[in-house]
Amino acid sequence: MILRASGLVCHRGGRLVLDGVSLDVAGGGAVAVTGRNGAGKSTLLRVIAGLIRPDAGAAVLEPSDPDRSVAEQAHYLGHRDPLKPALTVRENLDFWRAFLGREDGGSEAALERVGLGDLAGLPAGYLSAGQRRRLSLARLLAVRRPVWLLDEPASALDAAGQEMLRRVMTAHLEGGGLILAATHGPLGIPAGEFHLGAPAGGP
Amino acid sequence: MSGRAKSGFAALLVRDLRLAARVGGGALTGVLFFLIVVTLIPFALGPDMVLLARIGPAILWLGALLASLLALDRLVASDAEDGSLDLIRMGSAPLELALAAKAAAHWLATGLPLVAVAPLLGLLLNLDGRAAGAVALTLLAGTPALTCIGLIGAALAVALRRGGLLTAVLVLPLTVPVLIFGVSAANAAIGGTVPFGAPFAILCALSLVAIVTGPVAAAAALRHGDD
Repeated sequence: MILRASGLVCHRGGRLVLDGVSLDVAGGGAVAVTGRNGAGKSTLLRVIAGLIRPDAGAAVLEPSDPDRSVAEQAHYLGHRDPLKPALTVRENLDFWRAFLGREDGGSEAALERVGLGDLAGLPAGYLSAGQRRRLSLARLLAVRRPVWLLDEPASALDAAGQEMLRRVMTAHLEGGGLILAATHGPLGIPAGEFHLGAPAGGP
Repeated sequence: MSGRAKSGFAALLVRDLRLAARVGGGALTGVLFFLIVVTLIPFALGPDMVLLARIGPAILWLGALLASLLALDRLVASDAEDGSLDLIRMGSAPLELALAAKAAAHWLATGLPLVAVAPLLGLLLNLDGRAAGAVALTLLAGTPALTCIGLIGAALAVALRRGGLLTAVLVLPLTVPVLIFGVSAANAAIGGTVPFGAPFAILCALSLVAIVTGPVAAAAALRHGDD
């Protein structure tokens, strides 16, 4: 399996953010996207996730599956944690499992792995920022998808949480998955680096 | 419809209904607002029972229209703000279907209670049983149109990154036909020169058109907004 982005061009708000970006990520491998603030790291991930239509270029997963788009085979972990404060931790996770389909393992096992096993019955509104991040990560474990698109995955996580993230990412890679992560710090796992420079026409 | 899309629809419907039922979900806010509007009007008009009975259907319809607009603002915005919308767009269910699930949940949680309490509130307006039933029936046929037209406004407000009153300002003018045919159907059932069938059929048609076009238009607005 290989994720291949070729010639991605994208304008945001009239400004050229991605100018012909091409990169490959092979199954079992991780690539860390680096670059200064505003270099287009998040935009690149969102384009690959199918959330922003690029002006040119495309991202494809090979071998391609005619029934499922790249977005349907990818997990996207954005800046925000898509949780409903009124629902409990388990209800939040169960919803995403049901919505994203492909039930794989139980919610309980995923919550245990991210260290939220004891809080399953607590409304998500009471979680701290780091615990919310852990719950978002549990979604990646509860529903199996080969491509992980992670935007600053370690943000708000404490030392133990970052260690947990490393374990989870390593297990995902060993299972044949691939990771594309936008990050400022080191990812903590062996990863190739892809540097996004200042786009032409930028400041 | 594939199995995965169907399970996505059901999951979203159940989640939104559950959220509406929780504290702060706002399922009862609309009903309370409806109650307040309808009880205030007799105070303003004075104790003229005949007048109240005559304009009762219009008051009930106006109250229901305003009450159904109340929670619209949050219909799409809450999912857009916490990033849920991104994941919904990445799911196997088409965005149109996901939005239809949200609209259905919204109608069940806020529209249906309005229909249920309308006959009770009719008592406050000196409506007899037949008139109260007619209003409830027209509301049952017309409120899905209000929800689905409102869905377009809610999605547009998210796409334009403006909240609050914009939804109401965009939506209210579009609901005028629903209001007109809803009230005229209710009045026709009570007695009058127009037969009941004609305005009621148009009301049903408005609802059917809104149910079909609402999710499609809202999905187009959201997709366009992110480009």
